[in-house]
Amino acid sequence: MNKSVFLGAVAAASVGATGIAFADGHSGSTLATVQERGSLNCGVTTGVPGFAEPDSDGVWQGFDVAVCRAVAAGVLGDPTAVTFVPTTGKTRFTALASGEIDMLARNTTWTFSRDTDLKFDFVGVNYYDGQGFMVPADLGVSSATELDGATVCIQTGTTTELNLADFFRVNGMSYEPVPIETGAEAVQQYLAGACDVYTTDRSALAAQRAGFEDPDGSVILPEVVSKEPLGPLVRHGDSEWGDIVRWTLNALITAEELGVTKGNVEEMAAAPGDNPEINRLLGTEGELGAMIGLEADWAKNAIAAVGNYGEVFDTNIGESTAIGLARGLNAQYTDGGLIYSPPFR
Amino acid sequence: MTTMTDPPQVEGFRIGQLINDTRYRSYTFQFIALVCLILGFSWLAYNASQNDQLQSNGFSYEFLYNPAGYDINQQPIPYTSQDTHLRATIIGAINTIIVAFLACVTATIFGVIAGVLRLSNNWIISKLMSVYVEMFRNIPVLIWIIIIFTVAANTFPPISEFRLPRDGSDPERGLLFGMFAATNQGVFVPRLVFADLGWIVAATFLASIAGVFGWKAHAKRKLYGEGKEVPVLGPSLAILLVPTIVVYFILGMPVSLENPEMGRFRFEGGFLLRPSLIALWFALSIYTGAFIAENVRAGILAISKGQSEAAAALGLRPGRIMSLVVLPQALRVIIPPLISQYLNITKNTSLAIAVGYMDLTGTLGGITLNQTGRALECILLLMLFYLTFSLAISAIMNVYNNSVKLKER
Repeated sequence: MNKSVFLGAVAAASVGATGIAFADGHSGSTLATVQERGSLNCGVTTGVPGFAEPDSDGVWQGFDVAVCRAVAAGVLGDPTAVTFVPTTGKTRFTALASGEIDMLARNTTWTFSRDTDLKFDFVGVNYYDGQGFMVPADLGVSSATELDGATVCIQTGTTTELNLADFFRVNGMSYEPVPIETGAEAVQQYLAGACDVYTTDRSALAAQRAGFEDPDGSVILPEVVSKEPLGPLVRHGDSEWGDIVRWTLNALITAEELGVTKGNVEEMAAAPGDNPEINRLLGTEGELGAMIGLEADWAKNAIAAVGNYGEVFDTNIGESTAIGLARGLNAQYTDGGLIYSPPFR
Repeated sequence: MTTMTDPPQVEGFRIGQLINDTRYRSYTFQFIALVCLILGFSWLAYNASQNDQLQSNGFSYEFLYNPAGYDINQQPIPYTSQDTHLRATIIGAINTIIVAFLACVTATIFGVIAGVLRLSNNWIISKLMSVYVEMFRNIPVLIWIIIIFTVAANTFPPISEFRLPRDGSDPERGLLFGMFAATNQGVFVPRLVFADLGWIVAATFLASIAGVFGWKAHAKRKLYGEGKEVPVLGPSLAILLVPTIVVYFILGMPVSLENPEMGRFRFEGGFLLRPSLIALWFALSIYTGAFIAENVRAGILAISKGQSEAAAALGLRPGRIMSLVVLPQALRVIIPPLISQYLNITKNTSLAIAVGYMDLTGTLGGITLNQTGRALECILLLMLFYLTFSLAISAIMNVYNNSVKLKER
């Protein structure tokens, strides 16, 4: 009896000690933590085709995954040094806030309250999206305004939930929400006919639809009911780390603008060329890498690992893939889109 | 008194006694344990207070008065997305109570039936019940919830088969008796609609139920006091139905049934039992029912065989032996573990999130937490709610337990 009490006390004390050790490890710069650990903990979805999903070999692939790999390549010089942490709509913010992951690249909408109240920093936008609706073609619905009384599957814990409530309220319509934890389950319910409508970001709708047995049996309605700028985010309060992720994303975008590709980046980085901005980007001129605490060739490593923004888009979700998304708003500003990076200077 | 005892030593208290003297040793260790416990909790509180997020956001429940912004499908009280998080929380709490109550009732029924039948002399029935108990008790309830939910979504006919085709032909399926429809979007049943004077009918019905209990008590008094057997079933039925029916017609039929009618997408009107509620309710019932069955079996086996033999010798039929002699005594053994099973059901309702049933964990601990980011506040409030539910159930069940337990004088 007494012995067990004593052992209990010892156990409690050691638990306390480890807890304190953890608490100490949590503070400090994220960059140092990542470099010390030798790998980047990156939060992704539990699986959205094209955006983040393990392939048949179990290797994570996708549009969001490429951002994680680019950051790992820039910071650690190794695009495979990433531990992917699948998160749901509900668990993602807790995972980031608690330090379980270093960054989140998971179709997350940049909103005012998430940026300020939840204390995160969105570092940019890698996909301009909007919420849409998908319905079975044989339902005979051609507009979302005809959905009065429908049963709607939604992923719980997302902005889509709030947009949906607003859309139906503003249009004076009623609906039956069916909250679902993950996108995959929501699709199952939709395919079984347990809900008439599945709503989420249009990119994800297109991605899920591409995986259906009969993609033509479902239509995506024309209405876009919200602005959903999706982008990677980091914890508030570590601006150095935020800068690294922000400028890695900008490097991929600038690379497309300047014509730097996965194929020619090594050649271009071998010696300074005619274009000073390419030189600064690839580290053959100036000290940009040192300004964010990285090697001079960090951007070159990032681009060599995943390609430029356009290549990442085309290989994962572009028109040549099963998902078949057009560039649309996500074209470079020079092509009439919104993708625009501040200059590397 | 020839034995000599040592005179009590009148020495002062020594520090060593704290460890060596059995009188003080337990206090010493209890004190150490208490100090460790306090240190552990204060470390937790300190750690939380040092949390970056908490330091910048503060600790506040004001978010409960902000508009929630999300919709809830099962609304026991009216709610729109413009109502507050507090109201959404209350709806979640009511939904938790609804499913917990339903599951407690059905789990008890399943459990008593399975427990009694497992002791049956019929080999097939007793073995079937063993299979039921062992199968449901030994697979996690979350898996049962998901199995039932998935099976329901895929085996019930899709609602599209009930829809009126746009070419004006008859739908593939019609309503059962024009009232019921089991679809994979839920089971649609008629709803009672009360007109102005409808509450009088409802009140009469409730009074009739009280009357039935009164009649039963009267019959019992007659039986024990004067030895007369008063008929129970016939008069009970009469008391239950006649006044209600009379009042119903006198007031001009103020209560009516509202049948579900097919709308553009689904049935409108009527009452909808959602698949999430059905899956959760059924899974919790059969799962916990298996545990209750074992409690019931243990309770019955605890009654000595002589009791039922004596009752049989008096000429009681097997059914009456069970209900009049064995079960009342077995209840004393069954009730205490039954309380823990009810508590388990209440706590297991938090698995509702797996099927999107909007219980307390789904609203306060789910969407509200996620949209406001107030994790610590939400979880603490959630714990408080569940603690209150559980303590309330314990308190009520303990009152019942005291009324059936062996009275020792």
